Amino acid sequence: MTETLTAPDVDLTARFSDKARAVSAIVESVATLDAAFDYCVDLCGRHGACRITISGCDESLSPPADSLCDLKQGKIIAAPGLAPDQFAALAARCTDQGMTCLHSGMRDNLSGVDLGFTIAELGIAETGTLVITCPDEDLRLATMLCEYHVCMLRRSTIVADAFAAERRLLRYMRRTPDYTAFITGPSRTADIERVLALGVHGPLELHILVLED
Amino acid sequence: MQDAKNLKEYRKEIQESLNNAFLRQTLDTFAVAYRAGRTKAFAEAGIDVKSLVAEIAAAKDGMLPRLMELYDQFRQNAEAAGVQVHFARDAAEANAIIAGIAAATGSQKIVKSKSMTAEEILLNHALEDQGLQVTETDLGEWIIQLRHEGPSHMVMPAIHLSRHQVRDLFADVTGAHQEPDIEKLVKVARRELRSRFAEADMGITGANFAIVETGTIGLVTNEGNARLVTTLPRVHVALLGIDKLVPSLTDALRILKILPRNATGQHITSYVTWITGANECAAAPDLKKEIHFVVLDNGRLEMAKDPLFSQVFRCVRCGACANVCPVYRLIGGHRMGHIYIGAIGLILTYFFHGPDKAKNLVQNCINCEACKDICAGGIDLPRLIKQIHVRIQDRQGHPLPGLLLGQVMKNRKLFHTLLRTAKWAQRPVAGDDGFMRHLPMMFFKDHDFKALPTVADQPFRDRFPGLQRKTVKRQGPAPPVKAALFSGCVQDFIYPEQMEAAYRLFADHRVAMSFPMAQSCCGLPLQMMGEARTSREVAIQNIRAFEREDVDYIVTLCASCASHLKHNYPVLVADDPTMVEKARAFAARVIDFSSFAHDVLGLTAADFAGDGKAATFHAPCHLCRGLGVHDAPRALLRNAGLDYREADESEVCCGFGGTFSAKFPELSAELLRKKLDHVEATGAELLLTDCPGCVMQLRGGLKKRGSRIVVQHTAEALAARKKTNI
Ligand code: SF4
Ligand code: SF4
Repeated sequence: MTETLTAPDVDLTARFSDKARAVSAIVESVATLDAAFDYCVDLCGRHGACRITISGCDESLSPPADSLCDLKQGKIIAAPGLAPDQFAALAARCTDQGMTCLHSGMRDNLSGVDLGFTIAELGIAETGTLVITCPDEDLRLATMLCEYHVCMLRRSTIVADAFAAERRLLRYMRRTPDYTAFITGPSRTADIERVLALGVHGPLELHILVLED
Repeated sequence: MQDAKNLKEYRKEIQESLNNAFLRQTLDTFAVAYRAGRTKAFAEAGIDVKSLVAEIAAAKDGMLPRLMELYDQFRQNAEAAGVQVHFARDAAEANAIIAGIAAATGSQKIVKSKSMTAEEILLNHALEDQGLQVTETDLGEWIIQLRHEGPSHMVMPAIHLSRHQVRDLFADVTGAHQEPDIEKLVKVARRELRSRFAEADMGITGANFAIVETGTIGLVTNEGNARLVTTLPRVHVALLGIDKLVPSLTDALRILKILPRNATGQHITSYVTWITGANECAAAPDLKKEIHFVVLDNGRLEMAKDPLFSQVFRCVRCGACANVCPVYRLIGGHRMGHIYIGAIGLILTYFFHGPDKAKNLVQNCINCEACKDICAGGIDLPRLIKQIHVRIQDRQGHPLPGLLLGQVMKNRKLFHTLLRTAKWAQRPVAGDDGFMRHLPMMFFKDHDFKALPTVADQPFRDRFPGLQRKTVKRQGPAPPVKAALFSGCVQDFIYPEQMEAAYRLFADHRVAMSFPMAQSCCGLPLQMMGEARTSREVAIQNIRAFEREDVDYIVTLCASCASHLKHNYPVLVADDPTMVEKARAFAARVIDFSSFAHDVLGLTAADFAGDGKAATFHAPCHLCRGLGVHDAPRALLRNAGLDYREADESEVCCGFGGTFSAKFPELSAELLRKKLDHVEATGAELLLTDCPGCVMQLRGGLKKRGSRIVVQHTAEALAARKKTNI
């Protein structure tokens, strides 16, 4: 298998975006990491993605499920995968807006966080898939326990299909322990009457920010 | 679940499912939507499905001889990454291992993601018996767990339930009022299950892949619950059948290319999770997750060694074989399976749960080959189902009708004498027995959803010499195409006019024809009844009957005969090297009517004087799937000057299925009803098909309805419109 991590390929990006949108992901492009942070804070703040109660907590629940709902206080953005300086830049924006920004401690927020921010290793154009390696537990949980998952993908890392990334994937798997996730669109189910419903366990929305690098 | 003690009880359960209007509606909508979605998914991705299936099959077959060696490597690689690997010989052992892990780790609360293998070994029951609390977290699985039911589909376990049933269930669980609003119900599940994740000690998953080269497992899911199950609790147990081993990541990615597309028409599922080794886990004392892989045999190794059944290892559990099965569509997974459902379910039930659970199930296959056609592993499912039927009968005894039929058919002369005398009995051709397509009616009792034909005054074999005398002179010397006719018993004795029509058409186009008198029934009815031995004897008689014919083609007007002669004969005599050669040579010459007329004779519009009658076509299962013939008959009908109208679901089974319609008349009648509804909707006056069994079924059904639509074999419609007349 050959690796195709070469110059940005406009076609690949277009194909990636089409496929991701076809499974309800929202795809935007950003020029810099800072722009991606702005996007997160904007989404969480002005666009009302972040609420005091999280999805499902308005429904009629059993007492144990309901009590978990009470745990969450305020608006939370989790970004465990970031380097310290990157995290500081995002955290500053959050503080400005009165939001909490988490770098770790996801287990204290099992009821859920509003937004999880991650950076993908790879994108797979054939299926609009993000590849995120997350042996780090907080990073893993950030992609699962959030209501909105915002993931930045460098355009240069988009490959045609999974076979084109095979050597890389093997490298991750051999660097044990490893937990590599292919993520395509938000969490979904069609288990009741085959009607599609988003966000059954994981995020309700997936936002992909393609970084023009 | 199969609890029926005998066929009678099983049929009673089937009737209950047939009466379930919600189920019927759901499965009907699903069957149609699935086909469209799947086709679109493969087309969009530009995938050559046939070669992909062939690659998957070859890769799986290739690893079987070194299966245990691969297992050892997988174990070593997984152990090196910090996983404890266990081998379980059977369900009891697997359950004990997992209960032991729970005890050793002090786990009380367990969350699970969907695993058919766990269903197979009834893991939840075993763990609950130990006083452990087990929660399924896949929405569908949670629903059926709460209802104390098994799955009714391998991918959509709760497809048999309505939103109202789920609403009632959730109202019970939460102790609060709920609305029948799917979006809201899903949110309720999200919150309820989140609290279960938060407090669980142990997570149990299955695995779609176990990659030998890295010791990795792969999980293919949509909801994301498997990621929480493998992350939050401090212990993770993955239960996987040894058939999930794949040598390399390439193998896994190849399967991933077909699995979601074939399962649900998705290009990929929302999540594919690759786990290698003991990842970080903040809830564990040493911050490392404790991981166990439990690799299950439970009959799989026996299967791997079997020359015929080893192909079952190619199954990727996509569930497609149920999605396209006309019987599944009528009765749902609880009746078309035990724990595993659909075509593969009938087979796995035998190996995993024993002959008693499988004995009724394996008879409930109409042999339409829709499953084989769609299978991601290219497994010859109908053949395996039939073979299990044979094995069970060989062990538990053959029922009388099959034995009698076998005795009669072994002796062609006796068989044909009986057919001839049937006409003197002047009764409608046998009853019910779907097996009329080929054969004597006297062994079965009647069912009355269709009117039945009578035996013709003079069989085709008696008419043939007269036809020959008339045409040979006119044809002149050395006609260019030489063909021997294989009539099959129905066209020989019940519908000789179909053979005559073909004869006249072929004669016009300078085909020199012969009809070897020693030919007999093709043997498919015996095969369908699980009478393998006599089926083989009849095959040999027929191969011998045509052996000395100096012809290029053996033409038959019966798609089922054609498919059986072509594909099954070489297999039936596989144990005899000299016969195999002969069977292959025989099979190579066999061709169906439409392909012969269209591809070999090249009949065009110029050969016909059409009348513009509105016509439609029913594609016999063994023509479209058995032989892969789709365009030839339709092109011929257009060329013949008919106003051709394609019916919806024209390639779905009409419900004849030989002896099937005798055993399950209620299912046969339902399939026929749907078929005729689609036919009537076209407004056609003429319904054509390429199989005398289908003609019998369709004609009988339309007559009962009082319809004026005329059913004919394609050969009759063409002969009636041919221009020249030698
Ligand atoms: S051959 Fe037809 S009836 Fe039999 S299992 Fe397959 S799809 Fe179902
Ligand atoms: S037998 Fe074939 S179609 Fe059926 S589940 Fe297995 S792979 Fe899919």
